[in-house]
Amino acid sequence: MSDVVEKTLSALPSLLSLDSQAGAGKLSPSSKLGNLIKGITELTSKHEEERLIKKELESIKEQVASPNTTMRQMKEIMVRAIYCEMLGYQASFSYIHAIKLAQQGSVLEKRVGYLAVSLFLNETDEFLLLLVNTVLKDLQSTNLIEVCMALTVVSQMFPKDMIPAILPVVEEKLTHPKEIIRRKAVLALYKFYLIAPNQVQHIHSKFRKALCDKDPGVMTASLHIYLQLIKENPESYKDLTGSMVTILRQVVGGKLPLDFNYHSVPAPWLQIQLLRILAYLGKEDQGTSEMMYDVLEESLRRAEMNHNITYAILFECVKTIYTVHPKSQLLEKAAECIGNFVLSPKINLKYLGLKALTYVVQQDANLALPHQMTIIECLDHSDVIIKRETLELLFRITNAQNVTVIVEKMLEFLRLTCDDYSTIDLVGKVAELTMNSVFSLGGDVMQPDIPNNFLRLLAEGVDNVEDRQLRLFAVDSYVSLLQGETAKLPQRFLQVISWVLGEYSYLREEESDPGSVMRLLARLLDQRHTSTETRSWVLGAMTKLCSSPVSVALARDVCERYFWLWCSFIPQVDSSLSFLDGYVSEALAAGAAPYKSPHQRQEDLVQEKALSLEPYGLSLPVSLSSCSITDRRSPTLLSMSSVSQCYFSSTTLKLEGVKRVWGKDGYLAQQQSAGETPTPLVELPSPLLSPQSPPSQTQKPSSGLEPDQEKRQLASSLFVGLGSHNSVCLVRFPSTVWLFIKHCQSANQSNVVKALFKPLRTLDHTTSNGNPHVEGTEQRVEAGGPLSLIRGNGMVAVVPPTHTQTDPQTQQDLHPAPALERPRDLPLTSHLPAELSGLARSEFTPLCSDQDSSLALSACRVYKEDALVLLVFISNNNDSALHQMALQLTCKELEVYIFQTGLNNKVPLFFSEIPVGRSRNQDRNTRGSSNRDLEKPRIFCENFRNSCMPLTVSTGDYGKMWLSFSHDLKQNLQLVTTEHQEPLTATLDALKGKLHLHVVDIIGSEGIVACRLLQGPGQGQPCLLHCRVHADSLAVWLRSPVPELPDSLLYHCQKALTET
Amino acid sequence: MQFMLLFSRQGKLRLQKWYVPLSDKEKKKITRELVQTVLARKPKMCSFLEWRDLKVVYKRYASLYFCCAIENQDNELITLEIIHRYVELLDKYFGSVCELDIIFNFEKAYFILDEFLLGGEAQDTSKKNVLKAIEQADLLQENRPRQFFFLSAQLTTEKPL
Repeated sequence: MSDVVEKTLSALPSLLSLDSQAGAGKLSPSSKLGNLIKGITELTSKHEEERLIKKELESIKEQVASPNTTMRQMKEIMVRAIYCEMLGYQASFSYIHAIKLAQQGSVLEKRVGYLAVSLFLNETDEFLLLLVNTVLKDLQSTNLIEVCMALTVVSQMFPKDMIPAILPVVEEKLTHPKEIIRRKAVLALYKFYLIAPNQVQHIHSKFRKALCDKDPGVMTASLHIYLQLIKENPESYKDLTGSMVTILRQVVGGKLPLDFNYHSVPAPWLQIQLLRILAYLGKEDQGTSEMMYDVLEESLRRAEMNHNITYAILFECVKTIYTVHPKSQLLEKAAECIGNFVLSPKINLKYLGLKALTYVVQQDANLALPHQMTIIECLDHSDVIIKRETLELLFRITNAQNVTVIVEKMLEFLRLTCDDYSTIDLVGKVAELTMNSVFSLGGDVMQPDIPNNFLRLLAEGVDNVEDRQLRLFAVDSYVSLLQGETAKLPQRFLQVISWVLGEYSYLREEESDPGSVMRLLARLLDQRHTSTETRSWVLGAMTKLCSSPVSVALARDVCERYFWLWCSFIPQVDSSLSFLDGYVSEALAAGAAPYKSPHQRQEDLVQEKALSLEPYGLSLPVSLSSCSITDRRSPTLLSMSSVSQCYFSSTTLKLEGVKRVWGKDGYLAQQQSAGETPTPLVELPSPLLSPQSPPSQTQKPSSGLEPDQEKRQLASSLFVGLGSHNSVCLVRFPSTVWLFIKHCQSANQSNVVKALFKPLRTLDHTTSNGNPHVEGTEQRVEAGGPLSLIRGNGMVAVVPPTHTQTDPQTQQDLHPAPALERPRDLPLTSHLPAELSGLARSEFTPLCSDQDSSLALSACRVYKEDALVLLVFISNNNDSALHQMALQLTCKELEVYIFQTGLNNKVPLFFSEIPVGRSRNQDRNTRGSSNRDLEKPRIFCENFRNSCMPLTVSTGDYGKMWLSFSHDLKQNLQLVTTEHQEPLTATLDALKGKLHLHVVDIIGSEGIVACRLLQGPGQGQPCLLHCRVHADSLAVWLRSPVPELPDSLLYHCQKALTET
Repeated sequence: MQFMLLFSRQGKLRLQKWYVPLSDKEKKKITRELVQTVLARKPKMCSFLEWRDLKVVYKRYASLYFCCAIENQDNELITLEIIHRYVELLDKYFGSVCELDIIFNFEKAYFILDEFLLGGEAQDTSKKNVLKAIEQADLLQENRPRQFFFLSAQLTTEKPL
């Protein structure tokens, strides 16, 4: 760069020589500094400059060290040293001499000394301690200039710890007759306040005195302190509002001396300071705000002159007006003012206009509407600063519909920009948009590739500072999101959050408690609306986070509660649980007992007669041999990363079907769509039905439009996830939804389920099952029949349904013709749906009934080929017709899952919890003759015992299968002894009865048994048992293609036998 | 205000005043980057920059760039006027100030700045008062030559509007 300097200043030497001939002039080129500067300008390369400066510094060093150097020479030397420092060369040897100069020099030399000190040193520099005495001496000097210099230097830098040493003297200066001293003293105190607020606490009363100083300069200086004080604690200074308003009115009214005018505008700095103070005072305070409306209006009105300084005041005024409690009249004027800024041809004003808009659209997005065209123009402005500010503005007005376009614009900008800082900032915003808008609004239905750019950006890239900052940004913002209300966050978003937190939480670990992220994730797991898929992501993230003791403890807890989840819903889960290796090895290292497989444990228990161990559902073994920390092929992680990879595969945003940012009504029309997904299948609950349920939790009744099947399904799926505790929803469509019930604590089954019936008499009921809308309407109109209540203590859930809507035949099957006359005691068997009638089933268990037995609940389990169905029968034994029924299921102890059986039953299409209850209404029996209504919702029990199905195979097939299975397990079991049966037969019968095993054959003391798993990871997989009576025990040998199956089965066998 | 920098069109630093404690290394880095950024901007572009987490307000007067970094809530336009007032002060003091005045008398430029801005805040915005304070101090200097001479490369103090 310096060679350019030479060219530009090539004229310099001649000028300088001319000057030296003149022999005078402030340039004093004959001086050493002059020579130095001249010398530098004559050089042609940076290298030469370096050499010259080095030489110069050598000579300076020599001179300062010499005892013969006078203070006057020293001053000159110091100036040269400052110059060298400014050029970027270190002259640290001169620092001490700068202090010496300030200490010992005459006033003028002192001035240079202080200047050098303030330029060379930092607040933290130890050299400054050497200056304290000098400053103290100068503060007490009778020479005003010395006092001024000392005050100047302390308000620039002063060691924090030494403030008490000079504070009394500075305080004293507040009453100095000269206003310049008072002013500087106030500013020095302001500085002290900034660096050590508690040290000046006792002199707040003196600040007030300064505020009332007769000199406007001193008063202005005191406002710096007040701005700071009020910013920090506006409540304590509300009493000052009146004074501030008065001062501003006087200033605006031109009451100050002309000296304070700046380009004939009265004290603009003071005005702006006051406006800022008023903004803090009036924020969210109507009373205080009202005091200032007049003066704000006057400021707006007065600042009409077309000069930069008036625009500065206007800008501040607009900001204040939009910060304080709103007054529509003022807001209008302010908006008009912003319009002037935006429309101004002057680029600086345009920029500030955009900035002001950005500020105000947060309150009222309408304000951007009149400036749409300008904004679009600015978006393509040649100045990146304007562009960026426009993007910032757009960022503030983003909503569901324009988000894609805005993000696209941002990305466009990103591609052009090369500045790292703005990239990070913008990417952060893009991220936030995708997070907050797309995710929250678009929710689960949006294209998964929308957050791609962000995730890719996060995951890719070298591990440099910028990337880390960005990741940290993401982590921080996600953490704060999770700290808030997460119920509304869509599942996919939660998944992304989990991934990011799992990957990058370590970045913030140093600044926060490591368990906090873990806790947030755990909380997410516990929430009822979190879907199973999301939970698996969350668990994946938690696994990655198991690094601290707190986290491990949390993980342990979570593990216990959600273990079954892993097993039952993620078929691709690593069965050896290697993802827990880290945790296990750490726990082992921490002294935990090594893991024992359930059957081992059971054995121990049986032997020791210890406490019975309640299972956490399906238990799977962890084989210790696989617990190596080095096993990095954890399928959990792999599956997660493969998901991420497919997220990353697409690089651009999909814009099809996305509305333009600016429609006829602008982006504002879309605000209403910000709500959740429409749920046409749901209608408001009748208040009678659910006095405890806030109606807000359910959705608006749908219009008469028949939504197409797909949407309906989607909506119903979504709606399922939306409800929350204690809500009652009436689902109008009878369709089939499978309900999953998971026994968490089977021990406590009482009050697990509460069924609430409410028969409603509909007088003019005309519709059939098929027309839900009419039905819904009527229902609300006719609400108010007698209320029967049944509280069951069985495991019951009733769900209505979706997909068989299209299949009237099924409907028919499920709900047998009501015309059938039945005696009350007719076995319920006859009401089994045809498709289930031939299958193995359990006994009908009466669950409960209401007082007069008019309504009764009973249930049975049916083992279908591919599913276990829990049938719940609701019998109406009354003579009156039961037209509608609302069913509520309260299941605190139960994990209830609904999944829609779409195309096939094997793959759960959608999981979600039923928060509290599902209810249904059902109209039936319109002929009004006999009145027994039966409902047969099907319920799945997700429980090993119940998901175990008999496997009917021939002995020959058994043999072949036996040989082909690789995972086996041997164990001794106790034998069941009965009087009239062989122990083997008795034992196998007991097992058969409890676990639904199929006894293939019994030959002598050996028996072969087969079963298969209905659900869970080993879905459909067989497990074979070979039993042989050996002495007093039964030696069983289990084989299965699924490693964990033998173990689980064995455990349950043990349990079953123990029970007998 | 966080800092103020004066640099030439060639990127030579002419004056630097830091109101926040920063290490030399940071100062150098900021200066280098900021000078580059500002010099790369075209004349018709706006005077404000969002640079890192700071707002930078700059203005060019003849061959000199005046550049201030302010906090986020600060008013950009008034900062622009601070720069302008400082230029007016220099102009008045040196009498039609030019870059060379500032190069050769940079310590004077510092004194004026210190009298105008204290600890990063405008302390006295009255031209008369600031100059009076400076002159008083200057008067102590023996035989301060008062002749001024003008260079062809004179700074035209650009008046806004």
